[in-house]
Amino acid sequence: MSDLTHLTISQARAMLRTKEITATEITEAYLQAIERANPALNAYVVVTDDKARDMARASDAKLAKGEGGALEGIPLGIKDLFGTEGIHTQACSHVLDGFKPHYESTVTANLWADGAVMLGKLNMDEFAMGSSNETSYYGPVVNPWRRSRLDTVVMPTTHQGDGGFVSAGGTRTARTLDNAQLVPGGSSGGSASAVSALLCAGATATDTGGSIRQPAAFTGTVGIKPTYGRCSRWGIVAFASSLDQAGPIARDVRDAAILLKSMASVDPKDTTSVDRPVPDYEAAIGKPIKGMKVGIPREYRVDGMPEEIEALWQKGIAWLKDAGAEIVDISLPHTKYALPAYYIVAPAEASSNLARYDGVRYGLRVPGKDIVDMYEKTRAAGFGREVKRRIMIGTYVLSAGYYDAYYLQAQKVRNLIKRDFENAFAAGVDVILTPATPSAAFGIADEDMAADPVKMYLNDIFTVTVNMAGLPGIAVPAGLDAKGLPLGLQLIGRPFDEETLFQTAHVIEQAAGTFQPEKWW
Amino acid sequence: MSVDVKTVKRVARLARIAVSEEDAERMTGELNAILGFVEQLNEVDVSGVEPMTSVIPMEMKKRPDVVTDGSKAADIVANAPATEENFFLVPKVVE
Repeated sequence: MSDLTHLTISQARAMLRTKEITATEITEAYLQAIERANPALNAYVVVTDDKARDMARASDAKLAKGEGGALEGIPLGIKDLFGTEGIHTQACSHVLDGFKPHYESTVTANLWADGAVMLGKLNMDEFAMGSSNETSYYGPVVNPWRRSRLDTVVMPTTHQGDGGFVSAGGTRTARTLDNAQLVPGGSSGGSASAVSALLCAGATATDTGGSIRQPAAFTGTVGIKPTYGRCSRWGIVAFASSLDQAGPIARDVRDAAILLKSMASVDPKDTTSVDRPVPDYEAAIGKPIKGMKVGIPREYRVDGMPEEIEALWQKGIAWLKDAGAEIVDISLPHTKYALPAYYIVAPAEASSNLARYDGVRYGLRVPGKDIVDMYEKTRAAGFGREVKRRIMIGTYVLSAGYYDAYYLQAQKVRNLIKRDFENAFAAGVDVILTPATPSAAFGIADEDMAADPVKMYLNDIFTVTVNMAGLPGIAVPAGLDAKGLPLGLQLIGRPFDEETLFQTAHVIEQAAGTFQPEKWW
Repeated sequence: MSVDVKTVKRVARLARIAVSEEDAERMTGELNAILGFVEQLNEVDVSGVEPMTSVIPMEMKKRPDVVTDGSKAADIVANAPATEENFFLVPKVVE
């Protein structure tokens, strides 16, 4: 058997059921791959090898009796934001130093109930605040993708080599990999990097402003942020409660559908969990999209967007048209206000959610001369720069005298953003197609991004509207740019219509193919 | 609207984050860049628009008013930096 880490979830699932492979074998294959690659990629902050082996053994026992669950024996990586009982859960922040919860998040509990195997906890931006995975207390994650240069090599007409090799002449092209390290995107950078580098069969992730879809686009993987309320938020470290949603990052559309089916549930422990049965998302894959109305929002054509992104978008439009979809131009007039409104709403909710890190109940404590001094020193030492920046913005916009001007105004604008989408769907649009990100992956420690926080925030310009409106959105790889880096397209659907997203994303995937980085690690 | 160093220090106090003089100077610039960016929201006409309170229209879920959880004090203090007999220990707050 060749390397088991190359199997998609659907392939591994079939082979586990027919007992061609065992959960223990595939788990060992991933543990070995992680051991080799993680020093270079830093995707995992903790590898739970003993637990993985125990879970795999239990899965093998179940599979032997023909009792396996939907994900029986499938090894997964878990973003460090998910509470995992007795296991490192720190949202990649220093302030949660040593925290091991005595509970399990609903999403991960659902995965384990379906038989999945946990490989470890994945790196992320601190408290999911970031678009490059550089704000993690555990250091940046490295994108397995590197830029490459296409060289045209002129072949000599005849060449007498050592082996007497004679070439026929002409030219050929060769790709040379660049050494510069790129970011995998964020905040779910560890999830995206691990899935792309075959260090897990699939991963959990979360998305508050684009944290599933942007890293998926940067790594050639598929990421879906479901409708707000589809996955329970219970047991996930909170960032901005009205925007946070969990979802999977996977190698292909089918795997994403399989994972979401297991992650999603109706949970009485989360009052925002919506009381609707979870459909069989996989069944939507392969259904024709003939006659489907695809909206193309003109406001997503932004100034300074690279030519390649526009070309990719046009390619996507052509693929869907070829598959029989009807393409319609639409307008979402408040699009440009989504990002500024987000940078009021998200920090406001974060400042409130992160008030709990006080050095009293869990995590880090830095002693002080009195209790306030202890709080202030603990929080100063425990939070990184970006997190502090957002807490400060949030505290300011919620402080006396500013609430109406900032927070209330932003929540009204948010309603207008939501209304734009509702109007488009009411006019018969089934799904909206946009680019996923305004650029391909950029370099680690990019100077422009470091100098101006707003520049980093602009990464989420196409994804953040979806969180503001609570809608589902999927990022699907659609091609490579001139430097050989993956680019993604985004599909946005009606509330709870994830099925249409999987169905349409699959059409794009069929046309574009899937993408694997060249292994250098 | 923009903030000065004095305001930044007041906000840091409200957020219970100790800041040095140098931090406060740096944060003033960063905060003003972000506040400058969000300023464009003022040009949106929101007259007659209700603030968004829920992303999906749904009735507030209610549950029976019964005890469903508890009796796990040891679990709750298990991660605390300082405890004694299932109490959280903090620096003295009353003389």
